[in-house]
Parts: sequence; structure tokens; C-alpha cells
Amino acid sequence: MTWLSITIAGMITYLTRMTMITLISRDMLNGRIKQVLSYVASAVFPAIIFPGVFLNDYGNFIEINDPKLFGAAIAIIVGFFSKNVIATILSGLISYWIIIFVL
Amino acid sequence: MLSKNKIFKRGILDVAPHMLSVIPFGIICGAIGVELGFNPYLVYAMSLIIFGGASQIVFLQLLSGGASALIAVTSVGVINSRHLLYGAVLSEYLEKLSILKKLIISYFVVDQGFAESNKYFKKNKNQKHIHYHLLGTGITLWVCWQISTLTGIVLGSIVPPELGLKFAIPLTFIAIVVSDLKKIDHVVVMLVSGISSLIFFDAPLKSYIIISPIIALIAASILLWRKKL
Repeated sequence: MTWLSITIAGMITYLTRMTMITLISRDMLNGRIKQVLSYVASAVFPAIIFPGVFLNDYGNFIEINDPKLFGAAIAIIVGFFSKNVIATILSGLISYWIIIFVL
Repeated sequence: MLSKNKIFKRGILDVAPHMLSVIPFGIICGAIGVELGFNPYLVYAMSLIIFGGASQIVFLQLLSGGASALIAVTSVGVINSRHLLYGAVLSEYLEKLSILKKLIISYFVVDQGFAESNKYFKKNKNQKHIHYHLLGTGITLWVCWQISTLTGIVLGSIVPPELGLKFAIPLTFIAIVVSDLKKIDHVVVMLVSGISSLIFFDAPLKSYIIISPIIALIAASILLWRKKL
């Protein structure tokens, strides 16, 4: 039963990946839609970032002094100026660890 | 003109930094699956069949929490429906590919790979063979995901929970969007998406993950419409 569920879940996931790539042709997207689509990254990723930063494992809001807030702020500043993915991730993690383990 | 090989390698290099978060997350996912009491082969098969990070954990957590298979499967579909948006964006750059190549490359569309390849595509629109970049990012993510989930399944939770490495996931996505923070319209769209995700976090079937982007894209189209007036 679980195997069947996984197979169906996999097929649905594949469909979500394949549908637009195979079905959309250039003339279906006018300039207006293309302009809106240029915001997809900015529209999708904050919905992963915000819960990951502002909520705890149980889905409740974290305290104002939670180390994740500090880590995220440092990562945004470092990322904005360095434009470097490794620097962004490491600066966020390290500042988070400093609060947890050192201070 | 870059060769196919060079574009493929460029894709690998562009997505490689994200392995800092993908690999620990994969290990955690594999370990959680086994800890929840599932057959290790089944936990690993999900990495092959679904190949979808967080949706794999949610699926197992729902089933072990007593949810019906229908709920678990639907949740995976809802969480992964964001790929529809990625596909719509990518379709423009992949339109010249044969249907078979489109069907193959689709399997490798993942968040970080989409993000990095989309950045490359925007800059190199007129280059030939740019889809090799998407293959480079996608296959790199695939290989690392297979190895890391397998590691978690075999070795268990070797990633100490005290390190809080789950926090690397939001950080990896911060690294992706941070360069757009200098554009005010993108900042507005990000805030709309982020705030919506907190408001709708408890909506059924984890649907906040697709509700929030849709609200944010509606906000984006309103911004575009106002710009034109």
C-alpha cells in the first residue's frame, strides 16, 4: 500500500515537473505573462524562507531573541554584498552557532 | 560559443555551493525516514521515485502520524506543485528540445537547480545548448540527494541535531533571492510571499507553499499593471 502511494506521489511529482515544460509553446506566453513569470523566484522562495526562519519545529512563532533571526540577518547582509552563495550560507550558520554555543 | 561540456560543467559549478545545505538535509531526511520505522528500501526508493526534498519527509511523517494514504499523496502533490511555476519559466528556454529530451530533463527540475539555471538562461538567452546547464545543476543535485539520503538511511542521524543544520535550508534560499533585494518591486513580492506563508502556514495539506507564491504573483501583476499607467 505504501509502495503504491509512493509510486503515485512520484508520478504526480513528475507531472508537476513535466507539464509546463512539454505543453507550453512560445506563442502561449504573451509579454505580460512572461513579465509576471520573471517574479517566480521572488514569489516562491520566501514561502520556504519565512517559515524556516520565523517558525520553530512545531509551527509556532519564535522568540524575538532567537538565534535564527540573527543568523538570517547576517546571511542577508553578507549575501547582499558578497553575492556569494557559500559566504551567505556559512555566515548565517556560523553566526547562528556563535549565539548558541559561545554566547 | 561554449561547448555542451563547458555549459554542463558551468551548471555543476553554479549549483555546487548549495550542496552545503542539500547534503546535510538529505542525511537528515534519510535518517528521519528510518527513525519513523519505515522500511529502508522504501525510504530510499522515494529519493528515486519522488526526488523531492521536503515532500518526502512530509509524506512519511503524515503516514506515521496515522494520516490516510490519500492525504499523504495529495500533500506531496500540493507541495511539489511549485514545479509548475518553474516549468512555465523554463519552457521558454527549452522549447526547441525534442519531446523526449523535454521528458528527460523534466525529471531533474529542482528548486536550487531551477534558480541557478534560470539566472544563467536570462544572461545567455541566445546561446546554443543552454539546456546542458539545467542538466548540470539537476544531475548534481540528483547525485548528491541520492548519496546523502542513502547515507542517512544507512548511518542514521550522524548529523548532530544540536547543530540545527535544518537552518541551512532557509539560508540556501536566502542566497538565491538576496541579489534581487536591490529591486523594490522584487522586495514587495518577496514580502507578500513570506508574510502569506506565515499567515497560511496551518492551511491544510501544506498548501501555504503554493498559495503564497500565487498571492505574490498576483501582487507582481498588480505592480506591473500600475507601472504601465
